[in-house]
Amino acid sequence: MKRVYVNEKWCLGCHLCEYNCAFANSGCDDMVKALKDVQIYPRIQIEQGNGINFAVNCRHCEEPLCVKSCITGALSVQDGVIHVDQDKCVGCYTCILVCPYGAVMPGPTGGVVQKCELCTNNSSGEPACVKGCPNRAIVFEER
Amino acid sequence: MNYVIIGNSAAAVGCVEGIRSIDKTGSITVISDEPHHVYSRPLISYLLYGKTDREKMKYRPDDFYEKNSVTALFGVTAEKVDYEAKKVVLNNGSSVAFDKLLFATGSSPFVPPMEGLDTVPKKFSFMKLDDAMALEEAIGPQSRVLIVGAGLIGLKCAEGIRGKVRELTVVDLAPRILPSILDEEGSDMVQKHIEKQGITFHLGTSVARFGAEKAELKNGETVEFDVLVLAVGVRPNTALAAEIGCKVNRGIVSDEHCRTNLDGIYAAGDCSESYDITEDQYRVLALWPNAYMQGETAGIDMAGGNQLYDKAIPMNAIGFFDLHVITAGSYAGEAYVTRTEDTYKKLITKDNLLKGFILIGEIARAGIYTSLIREKTPLDTVDFELIRERPQLMAFAAPERAVKLGGAKA
Repeated sequence: MKRVYVNEKWCLGCHLCEYNCAFANSGCDDMVKALKDVQIYPRIQIEQGNGINFAVNCRHCEEPLCVKSCITGALSVQDGVIHVDQDKCVGCYTCILVCPYGAVMPGPTGGVVQKCELCTNNSSGEPACVKGCPNRAIVFEER
Repeated sequence: MNYVIIGNSAAAVGCVEGIRSIDKTGSITVISDEPHHVYSRPLISYLLYGKTDREKMKYRPDDFYEKNSVTALFGVTAEKVDYEAKKVVLNNGSSVAFDKLLFATGSSPFVPPMEGLDTVPKKFSFMKLDDAMALEEAIGPQSRVLIVGAGLIGLKCAEGIRGKVRELTVVDLAPRILPSILDEEGSDMVQKHIEKQGITFHLGTSVARFGAEKAELKNGETVEFDVLVLAVGVRPNTALAAEIGCKVNRGIVSDEHCRTNLDGIYAAGDCSESYDITEDQYRVLALWPNAYMQGETAGIDMAGGNQLYDKAIPMNAIGFFDLHVITAGSYAGEAYVTRTEDTYKKLITKDNLLKGFILIGEIARAGIYTSLIREKTPLDTVDFELIRERPQLMAFAAPERAVKLGGAKA
């Protein structure tokens, strides 16, 4: 299955992936309106320090601990993509307790969780973070 | 192949999905003493709180049994297992034949003898959907509720009904709340937060006797109430398994394949014990994720596949009135503590391993800590100073990051 993979040495730490993620998931068609003067809650997040930068988002594990641990059944695997039904989620954060990548997080309201669904849940069509990466520091491919 | 599962919660669903990942055609029967489609028991407090409803709290979609070709017997109790004849005898007079059997029988509330308890007209447990619905029926805006038990069940119940009742009092024999998952400082912090919601605690004491709408406590105080919730503790349902000779300690003993000592008989979930790798001993780890994973392991093993359940640890994610708490592992070892007004963090290390942690208020990316415990990652292979400040993948060496994020083979 195609996943988002990191080429760490190419990452500039520019955070464009975070903005493109937030925009793609905003439901808004104007990037300025969607992002200006608002706190963004991207589902991909840059780690940086000591000259090293890389992006982290859901790995869509083949043995997903989040899905197996979810107490509500809100997390499920759909065609290999780990999907969260935010209507079912109650925000217990068991998925945050178990995700080894720290890739599930509370959404903007602080209640239910959100995560990368490879843009299958928005109108981007393919991962917006990858589309907008200037340096191929993240790629969407089979490995 | 005839697979039979006694129980219909997380372990049972894990078992069904485990079996069906390998065997698409074998017959599966689920025996459920409750009359409901599989639902999430921990959500009963969220149901009363208004954060979910009967539809949303279904753990799997309506077509779960049909899609997995499962015969689900609802509202039927397994009375006896005939191990020689390989059948489960039901309370409706019929029986179900099995080749492989899973005990996923869960646990039941434990109610210690208390003087005058018989005279309390409105008293409830808080384990099942029917308990929650009966409790909801019994309370109203003028209700004064007494909850006996300041553990996970009692306090989630308190949160669920706080907005629906006039007074809410919690009594526990232990000197602090949530002693099974928190240390003293953590208990204190969470207690103060819950008290701000108008909930009164009487800790380090117990009910001496119940009278007419009042409970006299051993510390001399009296609590007036009209609805009582008993959340003192639970006991694994092990009787059926013990009768046929399964080894039982506190729970049914099962190995890393979730097999019991009897051929073809498995146990998973709250009725069973698993090997806690942080304490190096068998324990009942009555936790939803563990139950699912045990059940799945059992199902895969029953169907001839191979899966190990060998990384069990105690772990909890729980919240009260928007204060989130995530804990895992054991707390014996060297502690690293940081505290602010709203947050508390404790990491416990021993023998070059992270053994446990407590996070209150700030829980982001906690699973990175959990994975250090579960994978027994030697701390000298990560930048521990970095990771103890906050959970992050930067603390792992570059080749390890390439595996985690770059698709490199481990």
